[in-house]
Amino acid sequence: MIFSPAIVALLAGSALVTLMLVYSSCYGGQILQHWDLASGSERQLELERRTSLISTIISYGMAFQAFLLVLFIYAADRLAPFFTGAMCAAGSLHANTWGYPAMLLKVLNVVLAGVWLVLNHTDSSAYDYPAIKAKYRLLMLMTPLAAAETIAQAVYFLGLKPNIITSCCGTLFTAEAAGAVGALLALPVDLMEWGFAGLLALTLGLGTYVYRREHGAEAFSLVSAIMFLVSVLAVISFISPYIYELPTHHCPFCLLQKEYGYIGYPMYLSLLVATVCGIGTGAIEPFKHRRSLKEAAPRIQKRLALASLVAFAVFAAISVAEIALSNLKM
Amino acid sequence: MSFLNRQSNILDFTLSSLLRRKGKNLALTIVYSFVVFLVASVVFFVLSLKREATLALRDSPEIIVQRMMAGRHDLIPVVYAEKLRGIRGVQRAKPRLWGYYYDPTSGANYTVIASDDLKESPGEVALGAGVARTMGSFEGKVPFKAHDGSFVNLKVKGVMASESELVSSDLVLMNEGDFRMLFNYPAESATDIVLSVRNQKEFATIAAKIAHDLPDTRPILRDELLRTYDAVFDWRGGMVVVVLTGALLAFVILAWDKATGLSAEEKREIGVLKAIGWGTGDVLLMKFWEGAAVSLTSFFVGVLAAYVHVYFGSFVLFEPALKGWSVLYPKFALTPILSAFHVGSIFVLTVVPYTVATIVPSWRAATIDPDAVMRA
Amino acid sequence: MLEARQVHKVFNAGKPNEFVAVDDVSLTVEDRKLTVLKGPSGSGKTTLLSLLGCMARPTSGRVAVDGREVSGLPEKFLTEIRRKTFGFVFQQFHLIKGITALENVMLPAYPIGGSHGTLKKRALHLFELFGMQQKAQSRVEWLSGGEAQRVAIARALINDPAVIVADEPTAHLDTKLSVEFMDVLGRLKAEGRTIIVASHDPLVYESKVVDRMVAMRDGRVVQAEGRS
Repeated sequence: MIFSPAIVALLAGSALVTLMLVYSSCYGGQILQHWDLASGSERQLELERRTSLISTIISYGMAFQAFLLVLFIYAADRLAPFFTGAMCAAGSLHANTWGYPAMLLKVLNVVLAGVWLVLNHTDSSAYDYPAIKAKYRLLMLMTPLAAAETIAQAVYFLGLKPNIITSCCGTLFTAEAAGAVGALLALPVDLMEWGFAGLLALTLGLGTYVYRREHGAEAFSLVSAIMFLVSVLAVISFISPYIYELPTHHCPFCLLQKEYGYIGYPMYLSLLVATVCGIGTGAIEPFKHRRSLKEAAPRIQKRLALASLVAFAVFAAISVAEIALSNLKM
Repeated sequence: MSFLNRQSNILDFTLSSLLRRKGKNLALTIVYSFVVFLVASVVFFVLSLKREATLALRDSPEIIVQRMMAGRHDLIPVVYAEKLRGIRGVQRAKPRLWGYYYDPTSGANYTVIASDDLKESPGEVALGAGVARTMGSFEGKVPFKAHDGSFVNLKVKGVMASESELVSSDLVLMNEGDFRMLFNYPAESATDIVLSVRNQKEFATIAAKIAHDLPDTRPILRDELLRTYDAVFDWRGGMVVVVLTGALLAFVILAWDKATGLSAEEKREIGVLKAIGWGTGDVLLMKFWEGAAVSLTSFFVGVLAAYVHVYFGSFVLFEPALKGWSVLYPKFALTPILSAFHVGSIFVLTVVPYTVATIVPSWRAATIDPDAVMRA
Repeated sequence: MLEARQVHKVFNAGKPNEFVAVDDVSLTVEDRKLTVLKGPSGSGKTTLLSLLGCMARPTSGRVAVDGREVSGLPEKFLTEIRRKTFGFVFQQFHLIKGITALENVMLPAYPIGGSHGTLKKRALHLFELFGMQQKAQSRVEWLSGGEAQRVAIARALINDPAVIVADEPTAHLDTKLSVEFMDVLGRLKAEGRTIIVASHDPLVYESKVVDRMVAMRDGRVVQAEGRS
């Protein structure tokens, strides 16, 4: 088994976050059951106090989760030398069946956490807790997911044996590879490029529309989510080869390494921010027409839409710059 | 703008509050810094040792071929080198002669290597710094006990540079003839054979060929060595951190206790703040800044102290644990490295538990009823 | 205008030490007038004060500030309204030790977000009004009773509130300072502020600046008389 201070940190950190969410869910359950804003009973007062505690705990938990995601990717990257054939996180994560699930769960949890924070901010901007039930229902969904992530991560790390023959991203991310990745890369690059550009234009256009007209937020959030997936696929399919200046190198993890200027971090970070903000605009939509949120909701939505637009634009700009400045011409 | 102002105003008050309760906060900060110091020292130490080991191993041969007899490492026939040279991809195959010499007077084990550097100097040896220190030399000669019990005096040609102490401290380099004579080493045998291989990608194929052509041997790849060392260092580092869990837990309990045990004065103060117009959110913010100020100070001090301790203080605190009963302990300094990744790990292991331990007590403090103040 | 409609405040409901502090009180406090809540200790005047001053929520009943109902608001919003509308002077003054008088006065405004410089100017201006500029940088422990009283009032005024609430303000003051205090209240009333005072000190409720007196006993209003 591979064991290092970083791994101890990740295991402990994840477990801690899950515990925080479980603790919060216990109170969340009470709130979902007994919440009644109209009553001034002591139980209601206590619940109102509790919700402020829970919000604080979860906000901290979310911040930790985001930090742990970065640490995890970094750790996976650092583990690569232990596995014959692995040169980046792609290989380390492939070393046993739990690596990729753990990572995907982590990303999903960070996105959900971001959406929760948006809901929380909206809820506390109004005087009648409009989103409180939605907030805690989301928490009920997030807690088991966080637990699943902690377990998956633990099983992954505990099951690692150094010197396992695993695959290098070179064989994982090629057109011959089995599965979805292979099918994706077998698609003609032109199709991917136009698809990406088209969807990006749609996203930016729709976002601007939401910003200007305060309309269509739900559509925008859906499009943002799709844009996230398509962008990651685009990175694998045609953006990364330009960064590596190698037409056969499609790995989405190698660009996190020093040799490529750690460019992966700003790219993925802006993508995550864009997605969370985009989905957030849609999350607020059901509450927009409440009287208590009359001013606050549109304001928050516009800010989120703007943030999402800027972040997507940053991602696109970096990608285009890498393609344009690359020595590779395809 | 008003957001920033609010932060800075509350931060202002928080800092003045902390300074007003110097005693309690200082004690906490010292303990906190010490915990960070411990964790950081371990992390830095292991990280640097790993680095040194990796660098040292970089010069080791790509493939080492050893002969096995009943599962144990045995002498290898020198003629095997010919066969190995014949394998496609192998540039050079050189037999090596080395072993261990036990010095009864000092109780130390030295590693003796027959070196080409002394080919022209029979009767002379080059010593590692550790050996030179432990073996007494008389008139520039050192005695070696031969296989038959007689003593052979060899002249000291030189002592190896102290920069290389980590790898050379216990080495004795001598002439091949002297080596064979001293240990009664058969002329047609060597200890192992080292290969240099051109292409990294061919390691696996060559290793397979060796295993096939010379079935009583085993090839050891440098990569495997590196991996193993890395894993061992990581593992050891991880274990120590786990052992430190006891300390971390005690620290977390202390933090929680300190945060819960608000003095009557502190409670009163928060009550007053709330009575004059601060909301729960504002007091929570104050508590957040309090935690942040203590955490950041302790983290910074702890990491800095660990950095100095490991890289400039020769990790004195770890020496007894590492030295064990080794007689030849090399004197060496580690090269400072700073890695965001490792600092991040230290952060997760120290600041995060502290913060979590103080969330609920902070919130409890923040929800003190202003009503109570009115009543008092 | 402050309005309380059938407010009840019960502590430790359902437990053996259940205690009804305020029992079915309906009261309107007029703007720009000085109202006194009079009654012995335990009469509920302090609790009623905290309910009117948006410091606590009623167990049942409604409290409205300028027509807007505040009793159901989450703590965050209630606090915002309280900060902007009310200024409190407490029986024990409750100044924070270890910091200067000036900082004490600025404290209620910290969460609102004005720049430190602006706040300082406002606070110093208040010190000038009370003729206490030279004491601004002193520690509160070194102030005399009268000076502390004035700092407490200045603190209540930092956010320029429409309503001043004072709970037994003269309990620890001698006659001279008590009379001075009522004078200050009169001045504040003349500036257009609403004042509510809870007290059982005759020096307070018999003062000529008082417009209305509400007598309380056992959590209920027993008598409410006005003054022309």
